[in-house]
Amino acid sequence: MKNVLLPGLLISSLALTAVYAAEEPNADAYREMTYGDRDANPALLVVDRGEELFKEKRGPKAVSMEECDFGLGKGVVKGVYAELPRYFQDTDRVQDLESRMITCMTTVQGFDEAELKKKTYANEKANEDNTDLEAIAVYIASQSDGMKINPPTAHPKEQEMIKVGEALFYHRTGPLDFSCASCHGADQKRIRLQNLGNFSKAGKDAQKAIGGWPTYRVSHAAVRTMQHRIWDCEGQMRLPDTEYGAPLSVALIAYLTAQAKDGTYVLPGMSR
Amino acid sequence: MKKTLLASVALTVLAGVAWAADDEKAIQALVDQYISTGYQQGEKQHLERLKQDETLITCSETRNIPSPEQAKAIIEREKATIKYPEGNKMLGNWEKGKEVFNTGFAMRVGVISPDKADKPRGGNCYACHAADPKEVAAGNIGNSLTGYGKMRGNSEETVKYTYDKIFNSQSMMACSNMPRFGHNGVLSPEQIADLVAFLVDPASPVNK
Repeated sequence: MKNVLLPGLLISSLALTAVYAAEEPNADAYREMTYGDRDANPALLVVDRGEELFKEKRGPKAVSMEECDFGLGKGVVKGVYAELPRYFQDTDRVQDLESRMITCMTTVQGFDEAELKKKTYANEKANEDNTDLEAIAVYIASQSDGMKINPPTAHPKEQEMIKVGEALFYHRTGPLDFSCASCHGADQKRIRLQNLGNFSKAGKDAQKAIGGWPTYRVSHAAVRTMQHRIWDCEGQMRLPDTEYGAPLSVALIAYLTAQAKDGTYVLPGMSR
Repeated sequence: MKKTLLASVALTVLAGVAWAADDEKAIQALVDQYISTGYQQGEKQHLERLKQDETLITCSETRNIPSPEQAKAIIEREKATIKYPEGNKMLGNWEKGKEVFNTGFAMRVGVISPDKADKPRGGNCYACHAADPKEVAAGNIGNSLTGYGKMRGNSEETVKYTYDKIFNSQSMMACSNMPRFGHNGVLSPEQIADLVAFLVDPASPVNK
């Protein structure tokens, strides 16, 4: 009797799995299979390049980025990304990693801001290598691998930035009337077969997305950062190009990171 | 001692209020300010797209849950915007509609490959809706439209309802997630008529 029951159970549970799979088509299983090996992540090469750029004496002032403070004191890289965005007294602003990098590279290394922002992202259609900014960002972020997502919220400006980001998340505009919430405001939604995180609530969807960026995007053959993610989303909404590191993008990143609090950074990530 | 402590706590709280916006109006002022500085400048950026109309202002402020009065005002306002093709021909060609339904090309601006103005646009409908059952890569933000004509028929009433919904979704449901394709000039009245045919024509794969 027992012998008959067990295979029967097995078959019915397999059938059940098949039904579920048919109900909600998505590419998760494929992704897990393809991108599961963290040591094979091509982003690791970009991380190495970012480390060299970070430590090299560069810019008109010929100093390394080790002279910069990313929130945990001058020269500290380990764990800084886990506690960004945050309020910085010297700029009197809430900054994400990338806007803080611009502050560092202009004030400490002496680079020209407009010059730095001329080419922020590699163009995947031209098969370009990652830019220096992308490489430096993924290097710094990866030093928070395995850590809890823990953006500080004690400062009133940090609280304010999250609230502005939340309001921006619901702000509808452009020829398609979209806000972020149009696609990311409900559970279990997809654009074609692409799963969409529900970022209108705190928890696992936001944790998975924020926890895995910067990421190596296989379809771009390049590392992509949160600034790029926001820029790309705004482009999908048929809006103008976002300004790199401007308060608009920082506010959205602050809101999303707050929604992802207590998740874990797995960096660098790998995704479609 | 206690008094001093209390006073200093009160002062800190006051100071916090003074330089951090915590009421809705102040947050909204920052939203507007950040939008005005958040995008690259220049003619090809089409910054006019950042301007909201009255309907989108209400939908944003209420997070798409307008009050009954607001919803009524939106529906009335949006209904008045609907324009029809020549001769009121709201039922077009389903084969052309199939193309419009599938094409995702439309309205991109900015530094990377902006869409050419003269290239025909599409509705990118499969991004959100299932329709032809043979197309498996369909999104689910909108409801499935498979069998639409089978269920609703192709009466004059259904044709007009479908046309109006695509031309201006908010003429029926205030703060609908769906773009106002006709009103916003993404699709022409003729393209919308072709989409209607794709949905209701018995010969269309949607109804097979």
